Amino acid sequence: MYNKTVMDHFRNPRNVGVIEDADGIGEVGNPLCGDMMTIYLRIGEERIEDIKFQTFGCGSAIAVSSMLTEIAKGKSIEDAKKITNKDVAEALEGLPKNKLHCSNLGADALQMAIKNYEDKKAGITRPEPKRKDEHEHSHGDKCYCPYCDIELSEDATFCDACQSSLEEEH
Amino acid sequence: MKIINLDHISSKPLLSEAKKAMIAAIEKDYHNPSSQHKSGEEAAEVLDNARESVAQLINCATPKEIVFTSGGTESVNHAIKGVAMANAEKGKHIVTSNIEHNAVIRSLRRLKTAGFKVTSLSVDAGGRVNPQEVADAITDETVLVSIMHSNNETGTIQPIEDIAKIAREKKVIFHTDAVDSVGVVPIDVQALGVDLLSFASNTFYGPTGVGGLYIRRGTRVFPLLDGGIQENNKRAGTENLIGIIGMGKAAELAERDLKPRLNHLKNLKSKLLAELPNYIDEYILNTHPEFSLPNLVSLSIKYIEGESVMLMLDDDDIAVSTRSACATGSLRASHVLLSLGLSHADAQGTLVISFGIDTTEEDILAFLSSLKSVVTTLRDISPLYSKARLT
Repeated sequence: MYNKTVMDHFRNPRNVGVIEDADGIGEVGNPLCGDMMTIYLRIGEERIEDIKFQTFGCGSAIAVSSMLTEIAKGKSIEDAKKITNKDVAEALEGLPKNKLHCSNLGADALQMAIKNYEDKKAGITRPEPKRKDEHEHSHGDKCYCPYCDIELSEDATFCDACQSSLEEEH
Repeated sequence: MKIINLDHISSKPLLSEAKKAMIAAIEKDYHNPSSQHKSGEEAAEVLDNARESVAQLINCATPKEIVFTSGGTESVNHAIKGVAMANAEKGKHIVTSNIEHNAVIRSLRRLKTAGFKVTSLSVDAGGRVNPQEVADAITDETVLVSIMHSNNETGTIQPIEDIAKIAREKKVIFHTDAVDSVGVVPIDVQALGVDLLSFASNTFYGPTGVGGLYIRRGTRVFPLLDGGIQENNKRAGTENLIGIIGMGKAAELAERDLKPRLNHLKNLKSKLLAELPNYIDEYILNTHPEFSLPNLVSLSIKYIEGESVMLMLDDDDIAVSTRSACATGSLRASHVLLSLGLSHADAQGTLVISFGIDTTEEDILAFLSSLKSVVTTLRDISPLYSKARLT
């Protein structure tokens, strides 16, 4: 199901752990769709000196977190801001279609951690975002078929592309 | 390389006796059992023999009550859609439970588009349907009650006899999906009092792609497949004779060896349950302590996700199954586990360990020691675990 690069990062995840007194923390996902990621940053001279992650999730979620930390480590804040989920998936040489939108949250967590760092620096405190219980979207407001990754309308109950019934999911 | 198969619910090994019977049948190159000449009659005879073995395994009043199908899914579709269509004049209401297999759920969903109404009953914390709720759900419009015998994710066995009694009193046809029970635990269709019962050959170490539907004499049900007059006019299409011969052999052995197999499975399950706390902590058992299959344990391991566990155990050459959303292709956790009242996070960490006649105690111990290190590794990565440690 997963390619060799994904399995390598899953089996030997890089940069696992917590940074005590981190300069920035970003947390995304929820257990409803199966994945949660936390990214910790240590920033020095506007550069990511150290990055660590903790992830609750499937094989691809762990591989994504690991690859993301490798890509981001050592980068300047400005360069790190340009890292997208797509970059991470490409560096992993691809993910199964049904995992692209539920498990590929690494860059989102990184961007939140950078935001958290910049907020702290500017002295802004934000309330912890409240999670919705139902129909959580990990990527903006768009819905995707969990089986074939085609974009769907919010109220779709059937995916015409792959003929899957979606009454209870997506 | 030896793989330890603790995913028998997905696939069981084919019995060597069944394999031999099938190879002999291929070599023999049987004619069509529906043909009236000598060659056809020879094939019809072996077909009848297989039907008799299967009928004996579940104690039918007559072998004619068995219809051969392409497996559990077809049997379930046949029972539900066949009863609904044949009895639609009486009414369009069906009673079922929240924990049925997708073959049942999706058959019923299809019937909803034809105007059928479905009442789906919830289960108690132990995963069982309350028969009184079945009685209360039945109306004058009800034409079918369909409740599974045992659940494929938790192994929990339903009070089928009690529900069948209620259905009979109310003159409603009762189907039970016994795909994971037949050949594993004793099943007697007459004692259970069901009208229809679905089963599959690979549950009792026969080939895949073949199964059957028990239809009690006099039950009003239409065929699912229309065409020729095979299977007493109940299932058109030339029979899968080689598969059916394999199933017949497997049924014969399942009946003969039911007791020793049961003892073996019960011992393995007791061993697993007794040893589990010595290897891991903080888990939930989803298997009913009293009413459950002897060959399956469902456990939800806290703070970690099932697919990761499954993949890491696979690296240690141990095959298990998980019911996490990530592994099933949908984005939702198992409807069965959520029906038990499990939280989404806990449902995500669910493993289904299922074993068989070829499983040894050493296999169970190898699994447990591998599981221990996998759980430690994944909990070390899990933000949920470190949060739980802080509070």
